Amino acid sequence: MSKVKVARKSTRIDMTAMSDVTVLLLTFFMLTSVFVKKEPVQVTTPASVSEIKIPETNILSILIDPKGKVFMSMDKQGDMVNTLDSVGNQYGITFTEKEKNKFKVLNTFGVPIKSMKAFLALKTEEQDKILVNYGIPTDSTDNQFKLWVRAARKSNGPDLRIAIKADQATPYKVIKDVMSSLQDLRENRYNLITALKK
Amino acid sequence: MAEIQSNEDGGKKKKGGSKQKKLSVHIDFTPMVDMNMLLITFFMLCTSLSKPQTMEIVMPSNDKKIQKEDQSEVKASQAITLVLAGGDSVFYYQGIPDYTNYKSLKLTSYDANGLRAFLLSKNSEASLKVQELKKQKLDQKISQDEYSKQVSVIKSGKNTPTVIIKADDRSNYKNLVDALDEMQICNVGKYVIDKWTTGETFLIKNYRTNGSLSKKTTK
Repeated sequence: MSKVKVARKSTRIDMTAMSDVTVLLLTFFMLTSVFVKKEPVQVTTPASVSEIKIPETNILSILIDPKGKVFMSMDKQGDMVNTLDSVGNQYGITFTEKEKNKFKVLNTFGVPIKSMKAFLALKTEEQDKILVNYGIPTDSTDNQFKLWVRAARKSNGPDLRIAIKADQATPYKVIKDVMSSLQDLRENRYNLITALKK
Repeated sequence: MAEIQSNEDGGKKKKGGSKQKKLSVHIDFTPMVDMNMLLITFFMLCTSLSKPQTMEIVMPSNDKKIQKEDQSEVKASQAITLVLAGGDSVFYYQGIPDYTNYKSLKLTSYDANGLRAFLLSKNSEASLKVQELKKQKLDQKISQDEYSKQVSVIKSGKNTPTVIIKADDRSNYKNLVDALDEMQICNVGKYVIDKWTTGETFLIKNYRTNGSLSKKTTK
């Protein structure tokens, strides 16, 4: 009886094809990706049936958290600096180059203009922590929100779109304040960001 | 881990083979694949692929200079006022508010058989037309552009209701979006978000107390 010899096959798999596929996928993701913006507050948007997609660029988004704090973000860094300058001017505050550069990289801003200098001097991690406690004042006595929007409109031109992203539990009072401020600026067209209705 | 295996046996079998050794180059791509997979995972987790949905709204201008002629007036028979009160409750009344009759204000709800059913019944003509158009679009008889053009014509038609939305400070943002959403579902083309007045506060109080306020004023 001769022993049955089991032929030893090498189990090496050619990974070249696999690698091709992964590189392709990687390229796809790298080219299409828009990174998730870090937001200081968690916001659950209400659902709607509307299916209009928001344009990607040239947006001034206004973030409103459930407690009614207002934050803003813009996607063009150059315009952010112009906006900061013009708002600072009205309060007699001038910012140094270093501060402007720091402001440029902020994802979201929402600090009363008087505390802006102190805020910009902080480190990034500290900024993230402290930003939650601030918010742009929207009350009628010191409506800095209006100034910010006006300055943003000035530096961005007529193509800037305004989008409001608010939490579904936000009291209407805050929304009303924001909306009437926008109305005063004759910004009568804007978008409300909503989630898809299930 | 890349290895270069010299395949000497193969070379010798050839008769009168050339003296050059043939090297078959096998590179192990496994680590490369590992790395790529890691990168892909990273990109997948950090990107937002789906853009958020939005709702476009146009608010009336606050301008006080607008001439009287430019202001649009709404027929009382076609006006519906939605009153968004606190605690997720919603009321509506038609036409001019009747402060003496608390039953003119009606309580409804945000679900399908509440507000939507009412608005659809008020706007049945337009919504039927829009449904027909939608069917035509699905059968690809008309293009998207044509469809949206016709829908806007229907929505601004003569016999469509005008909805005035008034929200109380105690209502929340979700209520407002829900109400705006109903406008879209029910194909109401003319709607406006208006300021809360004391009239609405009175109406709701009157409703909650079954008309005791209006009795007082008439006495």
